[in-house]
Amino acid sequence: MSDPIVDIKKLWTVFPNGEKKAVVHKDLDLTVERGEVLSLVGGSGTGKTVLLRQMLGLEKPTQGEITVLGRPAAELGKQGAASRVGMLFQQGALFSAFTVLENIAFPLRELKTLPRALIYEAAMVKLQMVGLGPDAADKMPSDLSGGMIKRVALARALIMDPPLLLLDEPTAGLDPESSDSFVSLLRSLHRDMELTVVMVTHDLDTLFELSTRIAVLAEHKVIVNDVPKEVVAFPHPFIHEFFLGERGQRAMELLREYPFTV
Amino acid sequence: MFMEDSTPRIALQDTPQGRLFVVQGAWTAAGLTGESVWDALTAQLQGLKDGGASPAGWSLEQVGKLDHLGAQVLWNHWGRDWPAQLQAEPSQRAVLETVAKFSTDPPKPRKPDWSQPFILLGTRVLRLLDHLKGLVRLIGQLLLDLIHLVRRPQDGPWRDLSGHLFHIGATALPITALVGFLIGVVLAYLISQQLRQFGADAFIVNILGISLIRELGPVLAAILIAGRSGSAITAQIGVMRVTEELDAMRVMGIARGFRLVMPRALALAVVMPLISVWTTIAALLGGMLAADISMDVTPSYFINSLPAAVDVANLTLATGKSVVFGVLIALVGCHYGLRVKPNTESLGQGTTASVVTSITVVILVDALFAVLFKSVGI
Repeated sequence: MSDPIVDIKKLWTVFPNGEKKAVVHKDLDLTVERGEVLSLVGGSGTGKTVLLRQMLGLEKPTQGEITVLGRPAAELGKQGAASRVGMLFQQGALFSAFTVLENIAFPLRELKTLPRALIYEAAMVKLQMVGLGPDAADKMPSDLSGGMIKRVALARALIMDPPLLLLDEPTAGLDPESSDSFVSLLRSLHRDMELTVVMVTHDLDTLFELSTRIAVLAEHKVIVNDVPKEVVAFPHPFIHEFFLGERGQRAMELLREYPFTV
Repeated sequence: MFMEDSTPRIALQDTPQGRLFVVQGAWTAAGLTGESVWDALTAQLQGLKDGGASPAGWSLEQVGKLDHLGAQVLWNHWGRDWPAQLQAEPSQRAVLETVAKFSTDPPKPRKPDWSQPFILLGTRVLRLLDHLKGLVRLIGQLLLDLIHLVRRPQDGPWRDLSGHLFHIGATALPITALVGFLIGVVLAYLISQQLRQFGADAFIVNILGISLIRELGPVLAAILIAGRSGSAITAQIGVMRVTEELDAMRVMGIARGFRLVMPRALALAVVMPLISVWTTIAALLGGMLAADISMDVTPSYFINSLPAAVDVANLTLATGKSVVFGVLIALVGCHYGLRVKPNTESLGQGTTASVVTSITVVILVDALFAVLFKSVGI
C-alpha cells in the first residue's frame, strides 16, 4: 500500500530533570497507516501526549526522526498546516475572543486567498457536520458547554479537510452521554472523510469503540501495536492490569459487540 | 489516481451524452488556497456563467480530489441546486450531499439602528457608576479587614505580605534609582542654564530640593510602581479568575478581600513611601552631580544648604502622599483584577485599564494634594 501517514524511527526523548535525566522514549518505533484509528495507551508518564506533540512538531525529540505525510514533523508549523493535520486539544483551545463561527473559519481566513462569504459557508457546513445547530454560530466560547467546546474544536480542526487528525483525550471531562455521542460522531467522520486518526485516551469505552489498532507504550517504547483483540491478549503486566481489571472487564463487553470490521 | 496538474479547473468535453463540463484538478482546501488559484478559478467560473452555454451536464470523474470546500464552491456555482445531469463517484456524491444538506447562510450581524448611540451612552454611564460602586465597596471592605487584622493580628496573611513587600519593593529598587538619577541630572542641567543668566546659581539647591522632594520623587515613584506592580496585581488576580482559583477560594470560605486585597494594599502602603524616598535620593544625587559639573556648585555646599532650603513639612507631606498613592494603586489593581471575566481578551483589557487608571488617579490625587496643602512647607 501507500506510504505510512506517520513514521517514527528510533525516537529518543530525554528531559533534563535536575541532576538526573528522565528518559521518556528510548529507540521508539511507530508507524500509522492510512485509514487507521490508532490509540496510544500507557501509564502516566510514559510520554503519550509528548509523542502526540512531537508528531505535531510542537516539541523536538532528542534523537530520531518523525515523518508525517512524507515530511519531517518539524516543518509542520508552516502556513497551510491546517490542510495536512488537524489537532483536537484536550481543553479545546478555542480562541476566547472569537465567536464559534470565527473560530472554525480562522485557519482558512488566515490564508487570505478565499472570499469571506465562501469561508463562512464552509464553516457553517462544518459546524453542522459536528452536530451543532446554525444558531450556535455567533455564540462565544465562554457560553459553551464542555461537549460543545469539543465539537467546535473538532470542526475547527477539520475545516481544511486534513487527512490526519490527532486527538488528545477526546472524551475527557465529558459526561457519559455526551462522551458517547462524541465517539459516534468521530466514528462517522472517520468513515465519511477517510480520516487517519491518532489519539491518546484513558477512557476504555472510547478506546474499544473507536480504535482499529492500539499501541501500548511501556518501558520507554511501543511494546505492542496491533488490533485490539491481539493487544488484550499480549502478555505484559501493564496490559493485564489496564484491560483485565474490573474497569476493563466492563469495557470489554464492547469488544464482543463490535467485531471490528472497519 | 494519477494527476499531472493539480490546479482546480473546468474543461469542456464533447461526449456521446452531449457537452459536459468536466471538473479537473485538486478541489481541496489546500488546492484552492494556493497562490492565485482562486482568482483564476473565479474568472473561469464567471466566464462559464456569462458564456450562457448550457451543456448537458457535469462530470466529476476526472477530479483528483474533492473535499467539502471544493464541493461548496461547486454547489454555490450551481446555485445551490443539483445539475440536471451529474456523473460522480459515490464518495464524491456523499461529500456533495453533506454540503447540500448543511449549506446555510451564516447569521447576519445585527444592523445598528437609531437607538444604538443612546444605548451605548447609557452602558458607559452605568459602567462608570459600577466601577465607582466597586471601588467604594473595595475601600469599605479594606477598612473592615484592617479592623479585623488589628483585633486578631495572628490571623493576618503575613507571609503573603512579606512576599509582596519583596516583589513590589525590593525588586523595584534598581529601575526607580536609575530613572530618578537621570531625571535629576536632566532637571539640574536644564535649570542651571536658566539660573546662570540671572547669576542665581545658588538657588539650584532650593529649586531641586523643593521640586524633587515634594513633587517629582513621590509622583515618579508612584507612576513607575503603578506601571510595574499595578499591572502585575491585575494580571495575577485576573489569571486566578480565568483558572477558577478565585471560585475555589470562595468555596473554601477564604475571604478574598482579606487574603488578596489587604496584603497588597498594606504592602504598597509600606513600600511606596520607602521607594519614594529612594527615588528622591537618587534624583538629588543626580542633580547634585550635574550641578557640580555644569555650574561648580560643590556637593558639600549642596548638602549643607539643603536643610535650610527645604522645610521638614515637605518630607511629611511627601510621605503621606506616597502612602495614599500606594493604597490607591493596590486598590485599582485589585478592582480591575477582580472584574476580569474568564477569557483572555478581558484579561488584557483589564490589565491595560488598570495601568491607565492608576496612573491617572495618581496624577489627579497629586493635584488635589497640591491644592489642599499649598500653604504647607513653602
